[in-house]
Amino acid sequence: MEHSEILHRCFRCGYCKLPSSYADLNCPSYLNFRFETYSPGGRMWLLRAWLDGEIKTSPRFAEILYSCATCANCVEQCVFPKFKDDILNAFIAGREELVATGAVPPAVRDYFKSIHLYGNPYKMPEADRGKWADGLGLEPYSRHEYLFYVGCVGSFDERGQRMARSVAGLLKNMGISFGILGAEEFCDGNDVKAMGEMGLFDHIAQKNIRKYQDLGVQKIVTLSPHAYHAFRNEYPELGGNFDVCHYSQLLAPLIKKARFKKSESPIRVTLHDPCYLGRHNKEYRAPRKILAAVPGVQLKEMDRAEKDALCCGGGGGNLFTEMLGGGPDSPARVRAREAAATGAQVLAVACPGCSRMLDDAVKAEALQDDLEVMDLAEFVNRRLAVD
Amino acid sequence: MEEIYKELVAIVGERYVSNQPEEKFIYSRDPGTMEPSEPDFAVMPASTEEVRELMLLANRKKIPVVPMGGGLVLSGLSRPLKGGIVVDMKRMNHVLEVNEKSRYAIVEAGTSQGMLQAYLKKHHPSLKHSVPDAPPIATVGGNVLIHGSGHLSHAAGFHSEMLNGIEAVLPTGEIVRVGSCSTSPYWFSRAPLPDLAGLFLGWAGTTGIATKLAIKLFPNRALNDVAIFVVEDAELAPDIIHRITGVGLAEDVTAWMAPKPDWAEGFIHVNINYSADSKDELAWKKNLLRSPLKKYMDAKTGGFMMLPPPMKKPFLEAPASQLTRFADVRKGGGFEYVGAIMPVELFPKAHQAGLDIAARCGTTYSTGARILGMGHCMMFFYAYPFNRADAADVKRAQTALEETNRAALDMGGIPWKAEAPAQKHIIKRMDKHTFELMNRIRGILDPNGIMNPGNWEAD
Repeated sequence: MEHSEILHRCFRCGYCKLPSSYADLNCPSYLNFRFETYSPGGRMWLLRAWLDGEIKTSPRFAEILYSCATCANCVEQCVFPKFKDDILNAFIAGREELVATGAVPPAVRDYFKSIHLYGNPYKMPEADRGKWADGLGLEPYSRHEYLFYVGCVGSFDERGQRMARSVAGLLKNMGISFGILGAEEFCDGNDVKAMGEMGLFDHIAQKNIRKYQDLGVQKIVTLSPHAYHAFRNEYPELGGNFDVCHYSQLLAPLIKKARFKKSESPIRVTLHDPCYLGRHNKEYRAPRKILAAVPGVQLKEMDRAEKDALCCGGGGGNLFTEMLGGGPDSPARVRAREAAATGAQVLAVACPGCSRMLDDAVKAEALQDDLEVMDLAEFVNRRLAVD
Repeated sequence: MEEIYKELVAIVGERYVSNQPEEKFIYSRDPGTMEPSEPDFAVMPASTEEVRELMLLANRKKIPVVPMGGGLVLSGLSRPLKGGIVVDMKRMNHVLEVNEKSRYAIVEAGTSQGMLQAYLKKHHPSLKHSVPDAPPIATVGGNVLIHGSGHLSHAAGFHSEMLNGIEAVLPTGEIVRVGSCSTSPYWFSRAPLPDLAGLFLGWAGTTGIATKLAIKLFPNRALNDVAIFVVEDAELAPDIIHRITGVGLAEDVTAWMAPKPDWAEGFIHVNINYSADSKDELAWKKNLLRSPLKKYMDAKTGGFMMLPPPMKKPFLEAPASQLTRFADVRKGGGFEYVGAIMPVELFPKAHQAGLDIAARCGTTYSTGARILGMGHCMMFFYAYPFNRADAADVKRAQTALEETNRAALDMGGIPWKAEAPAQKHIIKRMDKHTFELMNRIRGILDPNGIMNPGNWEAD
């Protein structure tokens, strides 16, 4: 197994369970399950035991590996600089081994099947991919400056679609030259890779790269931080070199030119940093710049913000497999309570996956009357002046 | 076993009980060198009442019960030596109360050091607790109950001395409160009542399960500083420590000796941590702490290290993460240490013993000492790293640890949080009536011998 040489170097000290303030549990799967086995250190030791034949492949072992949300809190907080960067890679390599032996959890198997058969995890016809844009008058990509890539959640999930429409509207409003692929778009593969299906990921990535190259795409703006991560960090190894940004990065320097309503009352907003924009790609400023540009916004940071942000629990495929969903200790519900505790009226997000997870969590916590989950673009659009 | 599983599920819920191989594997070991020993179950209660029900079940069925906090003791005390139930306490992790005026906090026993630290920083920034140098996920309860020490131990002694009271569940299911909380709504002290806290301190979980604790808090001053006095001759260390502690202004006094980095080899470094509310006060304290060491500076037998701010940073960090990083010295993810409690005057002997053992066993080392209670004694530690993937290297560390335990006892010290084999060495040297008393007490509290069996047992 790749990265197996680091497994025995984990001391299981537990820094990886916490944020840098130590204030609360910050590993989503450990927070949810609480057994040591579900912590990053537990996973490291179990993987080693599994490779050494001390424990066998089992549904429990598979659940332990797949309940990791790949949020990279462990990488951020680990105190061992010489191998910390590969902790998450080791977990993904472990998943790859399970994929190879056909021992993945049923929900993961179903996810892969769905991608294989339908091209998306929603089992929707690919022909419907572009429906999110119906009525918006967006142009199909054709030598525009940017390709606006929406991804599976933005294309098929009702919450994601709403976000995609908002972002597209704002890009248009800001005068950005962009086009979309609509039904021609395809899954970015980020979560496929995080779930250890490397062959499928390579296939997806190469298919996308060929298409983008054929179309002459040079710049891509993504709706999802997951796609941003894949295009920026994974595709270049396969020959896909594009100038990639997340929509918040594109809008941040332009937003000051926007015309906002003058009479809007002050509003308290808190921001949830998406893991694949934040910890994985170190972008914390762009979403805050956007919020700061909106008149009346009082940013109320949560105790765990930026590199210490608690993951919503949707990463690493968990948005679809729902291994971290449900009870009051599910990371999304904990995060919703944390957001509400700031006194914010709006929980701003910048990822369609986070948006889905946190929207559901706010409802589960019966906080919807006090706290509205809004994507940055939705929020900005609502505060823009109407001509 | 199936029937017991169902009863455990009925107590804490299915989600928090496991008899699966994965949990059995992880809960059979800690990061130290002791051999694994599998539990039958791992459970995670959320309340004192659930702990009580677990105890009643275990006592009725005569199943061993092993309480576990952070699982970071390194000497294997939370390994279930005779199987049974490992009770992972970390779901009980709430800070229940902070009394600002009387400076104490009441916490559930599974509250981590880091969570309490963060809680105080946010809600009571004028207060702090004594943070051990264990990783921040280590629990307050576990550390107090093993007689731990930390960053305020020079000022206030062992963490067990900072304990104001305990709520504990006895093996027979009674919930007891010890200290002022037995009689008053306030958890202000263990005096003036007969001090029953000793029934749970240092017993390695063989007398009951602590569920709540009150610990003392201390002023958290705005400015923190550290000075490091360096000397080559270990024979001078007791007097140097005596002089520093005599000033009475330091919060923490620790010594460290290590072959790496190269510039540190061969020297005794004595860290003096202190704090103040103003720059003037800090300067005043600095001068007072330096003045008793003038004799050594004049004789050029010792001096203060130059410490630019970046170099100070790791010495001001609580807990000190660099101590955890010692586990990667041999790229092997492991270290264990003997922390021997002994009088300060044994410093030179203890230091030499460490060098001799490391050379004899062919292992690298890091040694040092934390001075407790203004120099009333010290915890002299001998840490040996090992490569977890190399059985011979693990064995080397085990041998060094065993030799160190014996050497500590030979020179008049007592190994702290001793491994089960080292406990037997201690018992051999212990006054026999004392050990008989321990057994009588345990017999009363735990008639069926369910609590962490295999610990504090003679051969």
